[in-house]
Amino acid sequence: MSDPIQREFSRRSRLARLTGVTGEVMLTIGALMALFLAWHLVWNDTIQGARQNESAMNQAQQWKEPTPLEREEVTEPTPIALQPSDESPPVTAAPAAGESFALLYVPRFGADYVRSIAEGVDLETVLNSRTVGVGRYPESNQLGDIGNFALAAHRNSFGAAFGEIGELRIGDRIFVEVPEGWHSYKFRNLEYVWATEVDVLNTFPRMKVDASDFRVITLTSCHPKFSEAERVIAYGVYEGWYPRAGGPPTEIAQIVEGAT
Amino acid sequence: MYAALWRLLPGGVVLKLLQLAVIVSILVLVLFEWVFPWIAQTFMSEQSTVD
Repeated sequence: MSDPIQREFSRRSRLARLTGVTGEVMLTIGALMALFLAWHLVWNDTIQGARQNESAMNQAQQWKEPTPLEREEVTEPTPIALQPSDESPPVTAAPAAGESFALLYVPRFGADYVRSIAEGVDLETVLNSRTVGVGRYPESNQLGDIGNFALAAHRNSFGAAFGEIGELRIGDRIFVEVPEGWHSYKFRNLEYVWATEVDVLNTFPRMKVDASDFRVITLTSCHPKFSEAERVIAYGVYEGWYPRAGGPPTEIAQIVEGAT
Repeated sequence: MYAALWRLLPGGVVLKLLQLAVIVSILVLVLFEWVFPWIAQTFMSEQSTVD
């Protein structure tokens, strides 16, 4: 080891090793960044979305399950409702924060699309949740009540429950399921606003009125996709109420029936 | 770093590759399920609400 040539060699090799390790660390960081992107753009949308869908399907299944007493009476297949009933819809009592109280069906978002709606728009417990994804603004009106039932969800990542919000076409149905049956809304229009324009949540969206005669649904998400510069708002007007006894509306009958 | 890991793993080339595959799978799973969601939630602002 005292040989000067040997010492020179070992010094070089230490330098080479240091360079090698630095290179490996850099490559690792690069690979981790690529992995993060893959997670963010693919996994966090599709896999999380599928999980939220599955969790909502479980809820639909629970509501569908007849009680033992009813089970004996059921001899015919569940009917399918072609039209909403004349009954006035039930009003959902104020849910506890974070509680999943309804299910959202939007055929335009996919034939098997269903998501749980929970109370509140908290990121961690509702909007980023693996099981929920859609939240109700607590300051908006209750489901089934006159006024504005306002929801929020991500446009991308964390399940991207409103990822296809820009694809809605006039007249598209938006269904909200509760234990008693289904509320039906018809999509009316999209609007693009700043994040500060909270009047989209008004009892009558964008208007200052004391009372309203209308039931509307308001969906809010970020805009453009992959950005939070603006918000995209989708409005739907109430079409009618489908009681559970009459069966699910035709458009979502298949997915509701699939919840077996 | 990786050379040392390669030397540390027991067995032949096939066995070493198998072990590496398992290690990488576990690593990716932990990152996808816990680390990345935490990073996204903590450091990336993604607002979809009006307020």
